[in-house]
Amino acid sequence: MPSLLKALSSQVGRKLLTGLTGVALIVFIVVHLVGNLTLFGPPDAFNIYAYKLHSLGPLLWLAEIGLVAVFAIHSYIGLSIWWNRRKARPQKYHVYSSKGAPSRQSLSSKSMAFTGVVMLIFIVFHVRAFKYGETTMTSIPGVDYPVKDLKALVITSFLDPVMAFAYTFVMMLLGVHLGHGIWSAMISLTLSNPQRSAAVYTAGTIIAALLSVGFLFIPLYIYFTGGQGALIQY
Amino acid sequence: MSQMTIHLKIWRQEGPDTKGAFENHTLDTVNEHMSFLEMLDVLNEELILAGNEPFEFDYDCREGICGSCNLVINGRAHGPKRLTAACQLHMRNFKDGDSIVIEPARAAAFPVIKDLVVDRSAFDRIIAAGGYITVRTGSAPEANSIPVELEDSTFSFDYAACIGCGACVAACPNSSASLFTAAKLSHLNRLPQGEPEREKRVVAMVEQMEKEGFGDCSNYGECEAVCPKGISIASIAEMRRNYIKATIAG
Ligand code: HEM
Ligand code: FES
Repeated sequence: MPSLLKALSSQVGRKLLTGLTGVALIVFIVVHLVGNLTLFGPPDAFNIYAYKLHSLGPLLWLAEIGLVAVFAIHSYIGLSIWWNRRKARPQKYHVYSSKGAPSRQSLSSKSMAFTGVVMLIFIVFHVRAFKYGETTMTSIPGVDYPVKDLKALVITSFLDPVMAFAYTFVMMLLGVHLGHGIWSAMISLTLSNPQRSAAVYTAGTIIAALLSVGFLFIPLYIYFTGGQGALIQY
Repeated sequence: MSQMTIHLKIWRQEGPDTKGAFENHTLDTVNEHMSFLEMLDVLNEELILAGNEPFEFDYDCREGICGSCNLVINGRAHGPKRLTAACQLHMRNFKDGDSIVIEPARAAAFPVIKDLVVDRSAFDRIIAAGGYITVRTGSAPEANSIPVELEDSTFSFDYAACIGCGACVAACPNSSASLFTAAKLSHLNRLPQGEPEREKRVVAMVEQMEKEGFGDCSNYGECEAVCPKGISIASIAEMRRNYIKATIAG
């Protein structure tokens, strides 16, 4: 029997890893979205959420290191699968077309590498803008020193049309990535019942759309209400 | 009975190491009841009578059971119809005046031998790596002495329908042989006769498939759509489960 490392780097092992890391990333973005939506809660909710997250200290660092590792493994294997297909078919077809259902070839499945790379580039700018971005200080109840006013940072950022629409665009790509991704991860993680598989495909596209809309609602709402909409309390 | 004119663009390649190119031919005497391969026979006859070289293409049974034919027709393995091998395809699926592009299956693991004929011995080596069972030879065993669950015998039989034509590889954007390998695995793994070698088999056949230069599986599902026997990609998920059980989670 092959060693663990050899098994994980086999074609089956690689898909197991893209599937597992894909699911881990979905869990991460669900938590991230729930956190983001506190923007629409009581006036201090978003900053309190951010404060609580940061007060986790070393636990948060650990989670961040884990997240970077998950992103790295996911991107590396995903892109190498995409890159290696050239080797497996050096001479391309003159004409090629899908035979249609039950094929899962779609805009979504065919653009996994593209949507992935755009998200990867996005993440760099995103972390720089929101994690390391400059903002005013504010106070929150129960904390006797000033904390970063991240709510103000988010709202002023999305008043800028370039930020608001670029963010919206990338969140649409996230939905496209997950349209195939959620189902694909389940097949990689050995879901083999054909009826259940069809149901998971439908559910996957719906969840992908909900996640995408959940994220992109925030910049669009802030931009179109000038940050003064009824859903945001100051 | 209507006669059709069909414009053909067919791949011509002398051998594995030569560069190929398309050749254009027009046939004015195509009959809608001809099979696709009979149409190619007519073309070849014309070529031979005119002193030209005919196109080489693979076939044997011409009834969808041997898996020899594997043409890529207008970009689709076995042509436009689902659950139909190229040899079972009829010209009534095309219209008078249609242009048809015919290419060989393209994959590094399936080198072209000549024209439309590719070398699929990589499949044989995947089978040889583990696609066998250990049984006592001699007289046939009593058929009912080994009970098999209905579900297992049904699935096993469905997977055994794989004719090894290679359409799955031809159609896969990654040139993966996962559907073929998984069908062979599930066919044997589902039966008590295949049980003793289940773990060894899945590891050996997955390894061999990769060694042959087939690509990774991205779950596009195109293989299932082109498979003349409709083998489900559920088999690929089963292959993964068996592999993971045998190695990582064993
Ligand atoms: C929050 C971000 C992301 C989430 C939630 C996510 C989720 C997923 C999921 C669930 C899959 C299916 C896994 C499978 O088929 O087993 C997948 C596949 C893939 N992901 Fe991501 N992903 C994300 C970011 C990225 C990034 C940054 C890249 C690359 C730069 C990327 C590249 C890919 C590729 C290429 C595939 C297809 C792999 C294949 O062909 O088999 N993804 N992703
Ligand atoms: S020639 Fe036998 S399956 Fe087509």
